[in-house]
Amino acid sequence: MQQINLLLASLPDGILLGFVFGLAAMGLTLIWGVMNVINLSHGPIIALGMFGTFFIFIRMGINPYIGLFLIAIIGLIIGILIYFVAVHRVIDAPHLSSLLATFSVNMIIIGLGTAALTTSPYNVDFNVGSFRLGSTIILVTRVIAAGIAILFTGGLFLFLYKTRPGKFIRAVTNNRAAAELMGVPSTRILALSFGLGTMLAAVSGALIATFFPFSILSGGGYELKSFVIGVLGGLGSPIGALFGGLILGVLESVIPAFMETSWVPVIEFGLFVVILLVRPHGLFGAKK
Amino acid sequence: MKRMLFVLTVLLVTLSLLLAACQQQPAAPEEPQPQTTEETKSEEPATKEVTVVIGFTSSLTGSQEVSSKRQVNGFTLWMNQVNESGGIKLTDGTVVKFDFKTYDDESNAERVQELYTRLITEDDADFLISPYSSGLTSAASIVAEQNGKVMITAGAADDDAYKTGNTSLFQLYTPGSLYMVSTVDMLKELDPGAKIALVHESDKFSTGVVEGIKPYLEANGFEIVLEEGYASDTADFGPIVNKISGSGATVLLGGGHYNDGTALARALYDRQIGLKFAYLLVAPADTKFPELGDAAQGIATSSQWELAATHTEAEAANMGVEWFGPSGEEFATAYEAAFGDPPTYHVAGGYAAGLVLQKAIIDADSVDPEAVKAALNAMNLFTFYGGIQFDTSEEAHGLQIAHKMVVAQWQKNEAGELKRVIIAPADVATADPLYPNPVP
Repeated sequence: MQQINLLLASLPDGILLGFVFGLAAMGLTLIWGVMNVINLSHGPIIALGMFGTFFIFIRMGINPYIGLFLIAIIGLIIGILIYFVAVHRVIDAPHLSSLLATFSVNMIIIGLGTAALTTSPYNVDFNVGSFRLGSTIILVTRVIAAGIAILFTGGLFLFLYKTRPGKFIRAVTNNRAAAELMGVPSTRILALSFGLGTMLAAVSGALIATFFPFSILSGGGYELKSFVIGVLGGLGSPIGALFGGLILGVLESVIPAFMETSWVPVIEFGLFVVILLVRPHGLFGAKK
Repeated sequence: MKRMLFVLTVLLVTLSLLLAACQQQPAAPEEPQPQTTEETKSEEPATKEVTVVIGFTSSLTGSQEVSSKRQVNGFTLWMNQVNESGGIKLTDGTVVKFDFKTYDDESNAERVQELYTRLITEDDADFLISPYSSGLTSAASIVAEQNGKVMITAGAADDDAYKTGNTSLFQLYTPGSLYMVSTVDMLKELDPGAKIALVHESDKFSTGVVEGIKPYLEANGFEIVLEEGYASDTADFGPIVNKISGSGATVLLGGGHYNDGTALARALYDRQIGLKFAYLLVAPADTKFPELGDAAQGIATSSQWELAATHTEAEAANMGVEWFGPSGEEFATAYEAAFGDPPTYHVAGGYAAGLVLQKAIIDADSVDPEAVKAALNAMNLFTFYGGIQFDTSEEAHGLQIAHKMVVAQWQKNEAGELKRVIIAPADVATADPLYPNPVP
């Protein structure tokens, strides 16, 4: 009975956090889906998003949710820059080249971040309260973060299906050569896609900073989660990423109700391997 | 083509040999030894100046960064003070000065082993100081012991390293198994019916502290309603806090190090689960902890040293133990002048490591490692940091047996500022415990 109570207490937390995990993974999966690049600079970008919230709220006194728009724009610009500096030249090279290129960006950001910000934890002392739902305590920051994650997902969906650049992105995803023949400026579209993926990572980091302390190294854990989510939901499927995030969030909240929390990564990565073996295209990904 | 390559190779080899020969030329017999620098200053009473190299790694990056940097700051303050005051003068006229060699261990045990090997074999360190944290020290201690190097272990409270037959390790901190004793004694007075949740980082030190206190809790009639370990990189403590809440615990004892401790304190504050008292290891002892804001209020910790309860010469005289080194106030003033913030116990530990080595060299009247080791074994000392005496038995050689800890808690003063006050033991307390804590 105690475990059921614990499960009920933790489940809403897991679901709310799952939306934010999903948003982070959506950035990774979008880039993979469009250009078959595994972006290893994803984690540090999440961490930069966290620091964005810190500087906007702690140093400039701006509400973190208003600051989110600024972080999104900066994230988009950084993503486009990373694309042109590190990815564009190796986009058609074997996967290892783009993997190494984004890994280099990862190391550069972490190196610069460590020099400028150290690796000690920062905290955004931002609390908008909590409320009780039965015996469950719900944190308002998590509710807002989940709402923003859903809004961004909806926005991305509308962008991809209702706007011209979005349609171009989908065209490039389906067949880049054919899209180019139809006059789609593929380089600009690839850069935009990388920028959007980076923007989603930065925004998720900015939201995570409102509920956990963080350091420049904190993005690594969320990058790993994004891989698990990507595989769960299907790499290349943004909606799959959101559902994958929810599954992971629920697992992280439910497992501690029945066993020691140290089992969480064991089960998460066990599931990762099982999905890779049984359904390599993910739960929501299309077969190739 | 082949001929050209051959000529080029011969030229390159010749050039390399010439360069190597040029490099070796300055190495004249009167050059100083790499390990110790000796200078003859005047003709008759030959004054030798010996530079003792102390090797250690510090965590400039990674999870132990905050506390490790403070430990190093304390050590460098001691070293600068000794060198600026002219060094240690031995009876044979030798003046001992100190230098150090250090590397960033990235809070990584594998790096620690590699770097301590390098400090010993390549940098010729004469004495070693441990890295910060029990896990890293455990890795370093193996290398130190294998090479017979004396290592003063600051920032490492775990008991186990001293129970494996080591003879070269000397611990400054109160052993981990005794960390929470004063807190439990205080709880016995305040609330003997408290229900205890033991939630800790799953590392060597924190697990050791919890395992050490369990028999004491049980012997004092406390009910342990939850015992849970968590990974060092845990960020989301929501499920764990829910588990504490579900267990019916009224008191939390646990934590680990700085990063996880701040995240756990924040999660406790966010959820307000009605705990009467929350005690976390290490993190609340740092001056950065109030950056958590209200989440820091009421959180208690054990501290190896606090300025408000600093040890004094009079205390040493009462106990009949030799006093050595500066007063707590002198140390704190010098530290603030050098680094701009008040010293924490990690700073004091780093400083005390140097102080203990200094005293051992004075007592040994030599820098010979065996003589210094013998002096450390015989040491029974009192400094601003507290008592220093090492277990000399075969079963637990080097374990600290004289140092005592205090319990500190973050409380708001009348101006609403968070201050760390001492709440136990009663004879050194500067404030009453905030119990029950209105926040978590």
